[in-house]
Amino acid sequence: MTAATDVDRQAPSTPTRPVARTWSRDAVETQVFRVLRRVVIAFLLVITLFPFYYMVLLSLRPLNEVVQDPGALWVGPSEVILDSYDSVLAGADEGGQGFLQFMRNSGVVAFSTVALTLLVAIPGAYAVSRLQFFGRRQISGLFLAVYLFPSILLAVPLFVFFTRIGLRGSLVGLLIVYVSQIVAVSIYMLRNYFDTIPVSLEEAAAIDGCSRIGIMRRISLPLALPAIMANALFVFMIAWNEFLFALLFLVEERSRWTVSLGLSQLAGSIEIPTTVLMAGSVFVTLPIIIIFFASERLLTEGLTAGAEKG
Amino acid sequence: MSQQLTDVSGAPPPPLPDQPAGRPTRRGSGRRARAEARAGLTLISPTLVIVVVMVVLPILWTVSLAFQNIRLLNISTAGVFGSYSFDNFEGILTSGGFWVSLRTTLIYSVLGTASAIGLGLVAALALRSAFRGRTFVRAAMLLPYVAPVVAVTYVWTTMLSPQFGVVNYWGERLLGWDNPIAFLSQRSDQVSLFGISVSLPTALLTVIAFEAWRSFPFAFLFLTARLAAAPETLEEAARVDGATPTQRFRYIVLPQLLPTIAVLSVLRFIWTFNSFDDIYLLTGGGAGTDVISVRVFNALVARGDIGAASAQALVLAVILAGMVVLYLKRFARQEEQA
Repeated sequence: MTAATDVDRQAPSTPTRPVARTWSRDAVETQVFRVLRRVVIAFLLVITLFPFYYMVLLSLRPLNEVVQDPGALWVGPSEVILDSYDSVLAGADEGGQGFLQFMRNSGVVAFSTVALTLLVAIPGAYAVSRLQFFGRRQISGLFLAVYLFPSILLAVPLFVFFTRIGLRGSLVGLLIVYVSQIVAVSIYMLRNYFDTIPVSLEEAAAIDGCSRIGIMRRISLPLALPAIMANALFVFMIAWNEFLFALLFLVEERSRWTVSLGLSQLAGSIEIPTTVLMAGSVFVTLPIIIIFFASERLLTEGLTAGAEKG
Repeated sequence: MSQQLTDVSGAPPPPLPDQPAGRPTRRGSGRRARAEARAGLTLISPTLVIVVVMVVLPILWTVSLAFQNIRLLNISTAGVFGSYSFDNFEGILTSGGFWVSLRTTLIYSVLGTASAIGLGLVAALALRSAFRGRTFVRAAMLLPYVAPVVAVTYVWTTMLSPQFGVVNYWGERLLGWDNPIAFLSQRSDQVSLFGISVSLPTALLTVIAFEAWRSFPFAFLFLTARLAAAPETLEEAARVDGATPTQRFRYIVLPQLLPTIAVLSVLRFIWTFNSFDDIYLLTGGGAGTDVISVRVFNALVARGDIGAASAQALVLAVILAGMVVLYLKRFARQEEQA
């Protein structure tokens, strides 16, 4: 009551106040932040995009020009040469760097990782999300621990183990390692999505005489398809980008190098021109960028779903 | 409604997924529960087998290896039953290199985590209100995080090269640098600012900057999601009450973001503390950037000293686990007080 009357009493004096406070702290801050915001956005765009722009730029210029004029930020359409791309893709016997072979290896490993991971993770995620069984919580905890676990600690025993059984140097060994490390996070992401699908849908199918497998195949899987797609892309990106285990397992076998490993190994050599390796970098990055822009929304949701506390 | 219909036998409805385990089984649902448990274990077992065989057992084996004197050369004779000793740990903990490396790892993780989250917060706030092209800018922000680490480290090394790097070229012309800066191969550099000369660890700061650049999108993503969920009415009310933008941030927005920032800090710290790729590819662990994970790798691959590598990896994991537990305990206590 009293508050209301206070407002009534003050009301006549308010119209004059905004005029008197034109340069109030509020107005100054608002103006400053309006400018600052644009500066920050421009700055962020430069730092995120410039390295990628520079990568493409160098891959299109001849080496001697890069050395003569390292500061050039533009290449005229007439000066563009694609020699670097030819050289990086050609096989080693043709005097190139053999990136085509590396990309094939990476593709095989990444696609197989996706297929195997999903094959194992989808039933697992469904079980963790939907079914009551002994040790369910402990298993979820174990998977979270694996997700956060330092891969460098695993590198030592796996390196020793695969050396001993003779699988080091084979893509199969690498594949097994990738699946075992990714499956936990994959289950974690998928489980969060299964949790959001209403149980009543499955129950309705059960009444209609659907078996457990039938429910999974006809109800849960189609509903979870967006999440499964996001998960597949996420797994593909991890497998394609992976470096440490590829280095540990494959470094002695040039014909089996993945594209990341190939780039890192050739980067140390002085004989290979920077421009050629920049073309290589473009080939490493391009599939990821294409996947990313094609599925950005799907993927951001998937990423946040995976790491969010479940 | 569907729940009542489900159970023809009149037994209680099947458990909802959100119900905690250990729910007392009531009469009539025992067989169903057993069947469900069987199905659950069947579906999860392939994953479980893979994880146990390829992750859990190897970790236990690391513990065993850390107490043995094994080299890559005599690996074929190594087994579970060897001669166990503390030699590896003694060798590590008494060598000065390990402690220097631990200090470097800590500085790298703390500063890398803090700057990545800071930059992510700035980005999330700057891109909060809608403008034309925001979708594109947001997507661009995520590029450093999704791009292959080998490619981006290669571009960074080229850009920062003292001979023909674009950064040094423009730094000398626009910023008036006297000499090109060897960002990735120089241990420290004297920088005089306002007449005071300080020594900065050049290479270490560069890899920290790289870490901030590469992982700020992760923080940006989470903080953006959290900001989108923050109710606008609160800020609107504060604005009506005359709170300035900084005040609104300090007293309305930031408190809502703090739990997210806390989770991000733990996650980023864990990952930065263990990260190997970035530093190995940028500096190879030279010029004062010798973090423990790179030492583990060198012990394993360059020297073939499996015992020392396992012991260092183990020490790394124990320190990390200790710090995370401490942090969580403190954090949990603060939550209770609040």
